Order: sequence, then structure tokens, then C-alpha cells
Amino acid sequence: MTKLTSRSALPGLVLCLCLGLLTPSAFGQGELRFCLRSEPKTFDPLQVEDDASVAIRYLTGGTLARMNRQSQVLEPELAQSWKVSKDSRQITFKLRNGISFSDGTPFSAEDVAYTVQRLMDPSLHSPTSDAFRSGPGKVDTKILSPTQISITFPAPVAGLDRQFDQVAIMSAHSPKKEMAVLGPFMVADYKPGATVLVKRNPNYWKTDEQGRRLPYLESIRLDIQPNRDIEMLRFKRNEIDLINSLDSEYFDKLASGSPQLVHDAGPSLDSEQMWFNQVAKAPLPGYKKAWFRSTAFRRAISDAINRDDLAKVIFRGHAQPAMGPFSPANRFWFDSKLKPPVYSPDAALRALQREGFRLDNDTLKDTGGNAVVFSIITNSGNKYRERMATMIQQDLQKIGIHINVVTLDFPSLLERMTQSFDYEAILLGLSNVGLDPNEEMNVWLSSSENHQWNPQEKTPETAWEAEIDRLMRLQSASSDPKKRKEAFDRVQEIVVEQAPFIFLVNRNALSASSSSVHGVSPVILAPQTYWNAERLSLDVMEAQSRP
Amino acid sequence: MKIWRRVACAVLLLVLGVSLCAELVAPAGYARQYRETADAPPSRQHWLGTDDIGRDRFARVLYGTRLSLLLAPAAALLSTLMAAVIGGLAGYLGGMFERVAKTVTDLFLSLPWLFLLITVRALLPLNASPLVSVLATFLILGMLGWTSASRVLCASAASLRDSDFLRQARASGIPAVRLFWIHVLPNLKPVLVAQFWISIPVFILSEANLGILGLGVAEPMPSWGSLLKELEGLVSIGEEPWKFVPLILLVAVVTSFQLIFAKQEEFAI
Amino acid sequence: MLGRKIARHSVAILVTALLGGLLSATMVRLAPGFDTDEEQIDSHLNSESLRALHRARSQQRNILVFYLQSLKRASQGDLGSSLTFHQPVNKLLRERLPLTLRLIGVALLVSWAAAMTLALSAAALRLNSYDGLATVMTGILLCLPAAVLGLLSVLWNTPAALAVAAIVFPRDFRYARNLLGRAYSLPHITAARAKGLHELRILFWHVIPVAGPQLLALAGVSVSLAIGAAIPIEALCGLPGVGQLAWQAALARDLPLLVNITVLVTLVTLLANTAADLIGSMGRSEPA
Repeated sequence: MTKLTSRSALPGLVLCLCLGLLTPSAFGQGELRFCLRSEPKTFDPLQVEDDASVAIRYLTGGTLARMNRQSQVLEPELAQSWKVSKDSRQITFKLRNGISFSDGTPFSAEDVAYTVQRLMDPSLHSPTSDAFRSGPGKVDTKILSPTQISITFPAPVAGLDRQFDQVAIMSAHSPKKEMAVLGPFMVADYKPGATVLVKRNPNYWKTDEQGRRLPYLESIRLDIQPNRDIEMLRFKRNEIDLINSLDSEYFDKLASGSPQLVHDAGPSLDSEQMWFNQVAKAPLPGYKKAWFRSTAFRRAISDAINRDDLAKVIFRGHAQPAMGPFSPANRFWFDSKLKPPVYSPDAALRALQREGFRLDNDTLKDTGGNAVVFSIITNSGNKYRERMATMIQQDLQKIGIHINVVTLDFPSLLERMTQSFDYEAILLGLSNVGLDPNEEMNVWLSSSENHQWNPQEKTPETAWEAEIDRLMRLQSASSDPKKRKEAFDRVQEIVVEQAPFIFLVNRNALSASSSSVHGVSPVILAPQTYWNAERLSLDVMEAQSRP
Repeated sequence: MKIWRRVACAVLLLVLGVSLCAELVAPAGYARQYRETADAPPSRQHWLGTDDIGRDRFARVLYGTRLSLLLAPAAALLSTLMAAVIGGLAGYLGGMFERVAKTVTDLFLSLPWLFLLITVRALLPLNASPLVSVLATFLILGMLGWTSASRVLCASAASLRDSDFLRQARASGIPAVRLFWIHVLPNLKPVLVAQFWISIPVFILSEANLGILGLGVAEPMPSWGSLLKELEGLVSIGEEPWKFVPLILLVAVVTSFQLIFAKQEEFAI
Repeated sequence: MLGRKIARHSVAILVTALLGGLLSATMVRLAPGFDTDEEQIDSHLNSESLRALHRARSQQRNILVFYLQSLKRASQGDLGSSLTFHQPVNKLLRERLPLTLRLIGVALLVSWAAAMTLALSAAALRLNSYDGLATVMTGILLCLPAAVLGLLSVLWNTPAALAVAAIVFPRDFRYARNLLGRAYSLPHITAARAKGLHELRILFWHVIPVAGPQLLALAGVSVSLAIGAAIPIEALCGLPGVGQLAWQAALARDLPLLVNITVLVTLVTLLANTAADLIGSMGRSEPA
């Protein structure tokens, strides 16, 4: 047996050392590339509304607390700790010390105060600011020390600490205004209509477990590319590294050749749904209004839709039949007592017959002899919705209901939905960014503009809507998670019983990442693939061979 | 050229004939969804495979041909006639009339007609029958498609306005209407024929694009335009060459039209 | 004389362009969805924010007032602010115009070069097989949707200008082929050939003068065709030009942006067609 002596080991050790020196480190190098689906409208983090601007804010903004997109737990960021008062009106933050903005301006409680005051400015109208405006009055910010601040809101804010996940702190003193950031990256270049380039923030405060400064990446290039076919083409050609939201057919095509590149994180929070027009003043014939306002009619339609087929055919199995307003992916808030919907055209027909409908030569007619014909509108350009509407058309044909599928451009659809109420049924989707049902208050409250099937009711027109109003206000005012859950569970059950929305499917969160990217761990919460952007790295050798 | 014209006629007749017999040739129908075999390649049961939601593509090509083959040439004829009247008359009459017609034409070329189409969709009831919707679509296309040719026709007619033969005819006392109809219009045939031939595929494609505004052929009815939209998934289409069949058919039909009309252009005087 | 003609045309162009702006503003205003904003269905926005959204659009409800105010601002160099991009319109146009002009310019050059070469050779040679091949080729291009051409240009890494040219070229070719074919079939051409004149002399001295005015008109119209083709190609290929801007503005009913783009497009169309007319009329003999 040959013994390795120190002499014989030495050349090997030297070789390993040289190899180690020659092999470029994966850290501190490389440019990640992916696409934004639209032009960012603003770089001001407090005015962000569109997805592209949200993406930029996520990469550049430093927040006091951040929801870990994987564990769905709120974690300290710029704030080491915080305390929320029992009435959810006040929150006190203890901030980290020794942090600077990207331009070197020191970070302190003054910046937090400035940001919050700007956020609550009555002239600012954005989803971020409105999340804190639970009641009239001014916000009070008390700087207790350079690293301690207490913020008191005029009214209780449900999930107060979690809301700060969306608030990127701005500098009160920096001449660069919103361009001075606390996040891992900062905007370095912006070519309108083409690209946004974000580069490593040299003053980013976070380090990894080995004490290395984050982020690992040198920069991220975000190309503005609305067309999904071209995005896919560029991914296949290694021109981009990630596809944050991948279409099902492209998922399957990529998976057949390179399964390691694609990720299915399971059901997302998003849902596709349809609803009927229940607005009393809608310009519809009386008999149609009677159909749409009948719970039995809506439930029968729901029973007659084959959701399994929708999930299997349109989404290639990368979707699940929706059970209610919330997806099962929302682990805490989803009501586990809800049962999956059952496809039963026979039961649907029986239910309709009990309501006085009858089949006459393959056409369903109501008690007045009117053939059950209605239109369903959806937004053009969304091939999934167009196909869903066509499949629903065939499903309902089996029970004698004829529907006309009309695709409209989005402003025209919006106009019918929110102003003229000149529509019969709509098929759209709900994109859930957050987990808390409080973020959907404006959907469930009957007096709200976004109470889509019958907005801005002066008083609830049905007993069940009054009950939903009561329960939503109850859960909003409570700080006890258990009580809130009980109330919202009941809301979900009422919604399923009364079917103002017919929930169709929850799509899976599909994404793709190139093999040269390390650290990708796709999740269901946005941003699915780059939620841990500061810890992503590139295999530099592979990256250098890219076009 | 005679042989080519005969071939072209045969192609057109064959396509039209088969599409009119779609119920016999493709009993599957264009709307039925074979959901177990969605997006399937060609097979004995589905000669051109199935589309994304399992509808037989061959049946959809046949039924779509029927619609597009009848309506697109009709709309093309309408736009050609409008171009002839507006452009031809403007060039023939000259003066202020020509100036005004040219200005109107240029405005027509520049305005965002998308909004007129959106308004038309808003005026149509949501439950308008697919036939009404598709007729309205092709009618609008015909009424908006005259502008490019009109300009060229105006220049052509203007160049004829002061030609010797027209002056002689005018001097002989031939009325202006007859002059225009018998002596000017035939000389505009090359442009008119080109306009007609170009308009057919342009209108077929435009009909599909109008789907985004809620116009065009409504589901589940197929049209050539909606079938051609499948080509937009080009990334993987190399693996699915059967999706090119509607394109090949459209090219064959359009080329056949051109070959049939080619002879007329050579005797344009 | 020519100077007076140009001055008259310039005034006419300006007035027509402004009329085009007013008409397009009216069309946008009357089209459904004018008063809507995608953000209004964001469930995070409260009532006050939704009211603020409506108020932002309410200033444009009276289209005549809006247009007159826009003209007044435009006279001071302010073209208004885009509702979609929240940026000054003149900044947006300044950034994107060069790309679109380059795209359209190259596309027109390529399209015209190809169309005229093919049309002239087909008309002069009068070979059925050559004509047939050209017909099939242009037929294929006419039948391809713009989206497919855009995707092909990305797939094959070719300049987007070629995709635009591929849309314009078949139309240019067909018209030019027919016009030149007719010109070549005139009796004096047959006579010239019989007398043994060289083909090039026949082309430049006897064919082009006959077909010239119509070809010039076609050139003017090609500019509009190229602008129309550039919009879907830019939108599809993600090119940050005026076409992409126009598409996004149309979908969002962004009135300030749409009106300015329409005025710009009308100006370009009018300039192109008027130039074609002026050159054509210079070449045409005036009646005795």
C-alpha cells in the first residue's frame, strides 16, 4: 500500500490550490437577465402600482420587514425588531445601526419618518399608501432615537407589521431622492421601452453566513418584453436566465427536453373566475336579471362547468379546480372545510328544472319561455381565458344553455364592468399579491367599487352580502388571528354557497431558470424566482459562454 | 399561362367545392371538443390533428375556408369599387375636388381607426349573432380598405385626364359619366386588380386581428385568420408542420386569384 | 411659382394635421373605455384614490376644450403628459422617434429596391414562369400575419426593418408590377422595340415617364403602409419606438399621447404624399 507522504502530497495540494485560484469564484460576478412584461411606470417606490415597477422596487427597495416568500413568515430587515400595539394602531421599530443608502447617506429613524409622512400624504394615491389608510386623520411619527421610531396611525390597520413589506424606505436627505436606495441593487441605467439595468448596491448592509457581502450578483438586466413567445425563444437561446411566470405549454415543451430547467411550485394564489351581472340598474331584460340574481341558477352553472377539463386541457394539468375565493396555497387563510367542486351537469339540470326551467329541443327555457342565452365577455389577448370561455360554452351547451363568447380589449371591458354595467357575464382572473384577506376588503364589502358583481350598494341588497360585510369588518378590526380566521372562513363558505363568483381554477406557479443560475428556489408568492435575488449567483464559466 | 390559369381555376373550384361539402367530408364538425386528444398530431381520426382544446383542425379549415373565401373577396370588391370611385373620380375631375379627395384620403390613412372599430363593437349587441358580427367586420374592412389604392388611382386618372384620346372623346360630345366609365376606368384596371388581389389576404388577416376588439368571427366558428393565429406559437412550430396547412391553402387560393386575373392586366387599354 | 405652391401646400399640411389631431381625439373620446383605468380594479385602492383616478381623466371629457388647451400648450413646446407613462409626451417622442424613423427608412429602402427590381424585371422580361414565381413569393408574404413576421425576425436574428419591409414589399410589388406591365404594353413601346431601341433607353425614356406619377403616388402611400406595419412589429419585437408607444397608448386610451402621435403620423403621411404629388406634377405636361 502506498502511503501518501507529505512530499508526495505537496504537488497535489499545489495543483488543487492553482485550480482553485484559476476557477473563477461564483460570487461577486455575473449579470442575471430576465424580462419584464411591461414598461415600469415609476421608480418612486411609494407610487408603484404596476407589476414592472413592483419588480424594480423589490430589487432596489430596503424595507423594515420582509415577508420571506418561501416560509411566508415576516422577517426583520432594516428593523431588528418591532412591537405592534394591541389596537393595531401603533408600531414601534428598533432599527439596525450603521446602514447607509446606496449613495452613502446614513440611514436613520428620520428616513423612516420621512417615508411614512410621504406615504400618508393625502395627495398620494397608490395601493401601498391605501393599505395604511384605514380611517381618516393624520399619522404621527415619533423619533425616539436615531434607531428607534414609533408610528401611530389614526385607525387600526389590520396586519400592520406585514404591510411594511411593501414600504421601501426613502432617504430624507439624499439629493438623489428615490434613486438612493437601501436594497441589494440600485437602478444604474434605464432605456425606455428597452431595458432597466440594476447594479449591486455597494453599501448594501446584508452579509451571508460566511460574512460575504451580498448580493452575489454584479447586476441584473431586465429587458422589457411583453411577448411571451419571444421571451421563451430568448430563454431557449440562453439570452435570458429566468422566466418568472411560464405558460403551461412552454413548461411542457421545456420539460420534455430539459426537465431541470422548469419548476412547478404548485397552486399559486391566483384564480380564474366568472361572475354574473347582478346590478339592479344594468341595461338587461328583467328575465335575465332574474336568472343572474338567482343563487340556484348560479350554482347550477357552476355545477355544469367541468373544471377538471379546464385544468387538464388548457393548463396541461398545471392548475387545480378552484374551491373558493382563496387558493389552498394560502395555507393559513384557506378554509380547509371547503370541498372540491363536483362536475355534474345532471344535477345542474335538475336544479334548474326545480327553478322552473325546462329543456325544449335541446334549448333550456325559463318559466316565461325565454331561451337561456347569454354572453360571456373576457379580455382579449389572454389565450387561456379565451379557451376557457370556449370550453365553458360547450359545457353549458350540454344542458341547453347557449352562450356567446365575446373578447374585448381591456378598457372596453372595464367600461362595461364598472360604468355602463352593460354585460351579462364576465370571465376574468384575480391576482393575489398578498395573503391577508384584508387586502380584498374592497372586493367583499358591498359598498365598495370593486364589489364586482354589484358594486357600490347603498345598503347590502341581500342578507348574505350583509353577513359578509359584517364578517369582513369583524376580521379587519380584530388583532386575534384565530378570530380573524374564523370570520374569514365563514366568508369563504358563504361565497361558495351563494356563488357570486364562480371560481374556476387556481393556476400553478410555473417558472424556468437556466442551469447557470444558482440558488433559484421558486415559490408561489411573487416574485416567484428572484424573491431571494441577493443570494442568487451565476456559474461564471457557463455564463461567459452565453450570447 | 393558359395552363396556369386552368390550374388556378381548378384549385379554386376544388377548395370551394370541398369547403361547401364540409358536413360530408368532415363530419366531426368544427365545434366539437375532443378533450382527451387536445393539441394532438395528425391521425386517422383527425387528419390535421386537433387544436388547443381538441377541435378537429381539418374540419375547422374547411368551415373557415367557406366563410373567408366568400366574405373576403366581397369586402375586397367593395374596397376596390370605393377606391375606383373616390380615387378615379378625384383624378379625373381634378381641381378642388382632387385636392379635397387627396386630403380626405391622407386623413383616412393617418387616423387611428381602431377606435371606430371599438365603437362599432360597442354599438353591436353582445348577443349579436356570429353572422351579423362577421358581416359587420368585413363590411367595415371593405369601407376602410380603399385608401392606399385611391391615391395611386388618383394619380393614374390625373395622368389620363389630359391625354389626347380623352380630349378627342370630350370634344366629340361624349358625356362626362360615360367618359369616366368607358374610357377612364378600364385604364385603371391594373391598379384595381392589384388592389383586389392584395385586399383578400389582408382582410382575412385583419379579421383575425379584429378579434381582439370583439369583432370578427365569434367562437366556436373558425376563420382562416383565427387558424393562422396558431402560427404565432412559432417557437415550437417546427415540430408541428401541420399547422402550416391553413397558410399553404391561403397562399394557394390567393395565388390562384392572381393567376386568373393576370390575363386581364395585359389588355388594360 | 414653385415656392408659392410649396407654401400653399405647407399651410394645407399643417391645417390637415391639426384637423387629424382633433378627429383622432374625438374618436378616442367617443370610443368605449375612455374613462377607465386598469388601476381602478386594484382592490388595494380605496374610494378616495379611485375618485382621484376618475378626476385625472375628467379634464379630457370636453374634447374641444382639451384640444384647444393642448394646442395652446404645444405652441409653447409642451405636448402634455402621458397618462400611461407619467412622462412628458415630447420626452417620450424624442427618445423613441429616431428608432422608428430608422426602422421605417430602412424598411422603405429595402422594400422599394426589392419591389422595383422584381417589378421591372418581370414587366420587361414578360416571362410567365418568372412572373408566377414572383406572384407566389409575394403571395406568401401577404398571407403571413405581422405577428409571424415579427417572430421570424427574432427567430432568425434579422433586423426588424426586414419584417416591416416584408409587409410593405408585396403591396409595392403588386401595384408597381401592374403599372409597369401596363406601361410596357402600350403601343409606342412595341414600336420602340421594333425600331431596335435599347431596353434601358425604353425603360428610362418611355416607360418610367408614363408610369412615373403613379409610382410616385405609390411611394407616398408606402410611407403610410410602413408606419402601419411598424406598429405591430415594434410592439411584438419589443422595440422601443413610436409604434410601440402608439400601441400601448391605444390600449390604455392615453389621449395626450395618441393625439400627438396622430398629428405626427398625419404630418409624415401628408409630407410624403404631397412631395410625391409635387414631383409628379412637375413631370406631367400641363394642358394647353
